[in-house]
Amino acid sequence: MTVHQRDWQAFVTPGKDGAVHMDLAVDGITCAACMGEIERGLKRLPGIRTARVNLTSQRLAVDWVEDQTGADEIVSELARLGYTAHPFDPASQKERQDKTGKQLLRCLAVAGFAGMNIMLLSVSVWSGNATDITPETRDFFHWLSALIALPTVAYAGRPFVKSAFNALAAGRLNMDVPIVIGVFLAVALSVVQTLQHQHHAYFESAVMLLFFLLVGRYLDHNMRGRTRSFAENIAALKAEVAARINPDGTVREVPLSKVNSGDLVLVSGGERVPIDGVVETGQSEIDQSLVTGESVLVPVKPGQRVYAGTLNGAGALQVRVEAASGATLLDEVNRLLEAASQAKSKYVRIADRAARLYAPLVHGAAALTFLGWLLAGLSWQPALVISISVLIITCPCALGLAVPAVQVVASGQLFRSGILLNSGDAIERLSDIDTILFDKTGTLTLAEPDLCGTLDPDDHVIALAGRLALASRHPLSAALVKATGALVPLPNVEEVSGAGLETIVDGDLLRLGSPLYCGARQEDVAQALQATPGASLLAIRFGNRPVHLLAFRQRLRPDAPQVIRLLLEEGYKIEILSGDTEPAVADCAKTLEVADWRAGMKPAQKIARLEELQRQGRKVLMVGDGLNDAPALAGAHVSLSPVSAVHLSQAAADAVFLGEKLMPVADALRLSRKARAAIEQNLWISALYNVIAVPIAVAGFVTPLMAAVAMSASSLAVTANALKLRWGEVNRSQSSGSEDNSNRGLRG
Amino acid sequence: MDVLIYLIPIALFLGGLGLVAFLWSLKSGQYDDLEGAKWRILDDDDLPD
Repeated sequence: MTVHQRDWQAFVTPGKDGAVHMDLAVDGITCAACMGEIERGLKRLPGIRTARVNLTSQRLAVDWVEDQTGADEIVSELARLGYTAHPFDPASQKERQDKTGKQLLRCLAVAGFAGMNIMLLSVSVWSGNATDITPETRDFFHWLSALIALPTVAYAGRPFVKSAFNALAAGRLNMDVPIVIGVFLAVALSVVQTLQHQHHAYFESAVMLLFFLLVGRYLDHNMRGRTRSFAENIAALKAEVAARINPDGTVREVPLSKVNSGDLVLVSGGERVPIDGVVETGQSEIDQSLVTGESVLVPVKPGQRVYAGTLNGAGALQVRVEAASGATLLDEVNRLLEAASQAKSKYVRIADRAARLYAPLVHGAAALTFLGWLLAGLSWQPALVISISVLIITCPCALGLAVPAVQVVASGQLFRSGILLNSGDAIERLSDIDTILFDKTGTLTLAEPDLCGTLDPDDHVIALAGRLALASRHPLSAALVKATGALVPLPNVEEVSGAGLETIVDGDLLRLGSPLYCGARQEDVAQALQATPGASLLAIRFGNRPVHLLAFRQRLRPDAPQVIRLLLEEGYKIEILSGDTEPAVADCAKTLEVADWRAGMKPAQKIARLEELQRQGRKVLMVGDGLNDAPALAGAHVSLSPVSAVHLSQAAADAVFLGEKLMPVADALRLSRKARAAIEQNLWISALYNVIAVPIAVAGFVTPLMAAVAMSASSLAVTANALKLRWGEVNRSQSSGSEDNSNRGLRG
Repeated sequence: MDVLIYLIPIALFLGGLGLVAFLWSLKSGQYDDLEGAKWRILDDDDLPD
């Protein structure tokens, strides 16, 4: 598509033996055949060392010798094979190897190995204690267990120690604090028991506890990694690059991270503006709907400011990149964004709330047990053993799994409905919602403009205009081409920058462009605007025939009325906050039967309205896509953003939804309510387990065998309860699968 | 039961071999693409084309 070359040096990273490495997001890998085709196709190029497709993440990794093949040849070979590929910006892709995931998996493997072997020894000791094990054999087994358990706890316990230490250093309590205390006390007590040739040691409890908790941690990490890598692919395929004009006049495409303020950037017709800056040369019209919410095209001239994420019309612009310097829209947005996200960070996750309640309770119970037994006349050492066994039995194994297990299942289901989560606790927060604020342009409507009304398919002039429109990359031209289905371009088209197109057909002049350029009458224009408020007009003039006016407007998402009705029926309060003009918003609100709407809202007004609602005690879900929504997205209790949104908004939102439909919003609310119920059930299961186990431990009857059985049973119960979420959803997705086209590529 | 003194360390050593094998497979990237691997066995790369 692009005419200028990319600066490939910015995308490749040096590899081994003079080779270079590049990662690409590849669109359209759906099956094994694609994989083989791509790999074989690339290996035919000279100098390619390895080319490996990762079907899970839909990425391609290529290593090659640079002097034999260029990176552009690789991309064009992929294009020839029928795949769109885009290289990742090495700066934006921080964690190529997923180091944390691998470390967790290593810890999990070590804990699993150690747990199995210690259990083997422990079962022998337990059965030996019941029969006739010799003290020497028991000691030998305990020493072997210690030999395995001590390094294991030191190695596999690191993720928990680190997290607990960070929490304590910040003056907070999290779930890892009681875990770490429990595990270390269990191991220390067991070593002492072993030294004293006692009957019981708790090595297997400590290691199994770590194993179960690491499973939860790994599941949690994988859930986030999967959605993150998918979101990265989308970002790369949206080609977040800028065409930089170098001082020598050459144009090179570079990743956004390599563009500095003061650089000159070329924005071709029909492209999105990649950066904020001031126009140096060129004239065009800009679709600012992503920034201001207004759907009407705005003309720009040299000296005017343009914003990242807006869509350029027909003309090419040269834009001087500007570091945001006070009073710009982006600055204001950033300032509001910062203030808003601070408010949100006050939210405490359910698991941490439980930990706050739980840790003092358990530690208090253990301390009371110790004192109680001391007062009852026991000497200090057995009293300490009993109180530590209270800590071990209550160590929050099930509690540690309760939330992640549900989150993994729920996020998998959200993923299938086309929702990618940015933050793990979004599910909890989504379930609290009672009020939903929608932005209009790009959220309730689609981002691209569409023809209002229908066309006469036999109209010769409109068919010609459609063919004429093929010559332009203006968004309205693209919409007209789509509406007419034109395929054959007209010859000898001349483009008048910022006005329209013209050509000669059968001796008559055919013009397509602004009403002014085509000489439309004022009253016709006013009438057309009244009929379709907020529309952009495209005029057609053919010879001396009367001028045709076509109105274009962002169309509502196909299922928007249905989804809004569903949400209203479920009792949500719905409001529309739009930056667009009043007639346009009123029209949209009427179609959707939404009573509360506000038009012409600035970013600060949106967040003011949001805060007003939040002061009334409402929990607000903000759904929006534009730069003007970003502060409100960050400030809302929870927020959703469509995948077509500007980068800043996507980053500020808690989740991103894919496709042309609005249904994911309703799905997200429904699934999160179910997930919330499951989380609460899980917490109750863990509490019930403690209610039964703690009195037994306080009474001093707990043996290591009981600890092991209770721990496994409660963990399994919690996991099974989380998996229960899947029932019903499978049938549901099958029955709605046939109509669900928009997300098909996702399931691939 | 003195034989345990030899047998248990041997058992642990063998188990440890399994662990090392797993860690090696993890390090060499065999778990990076769980979807693709199952299809690759059907991909007859070694046939002349």
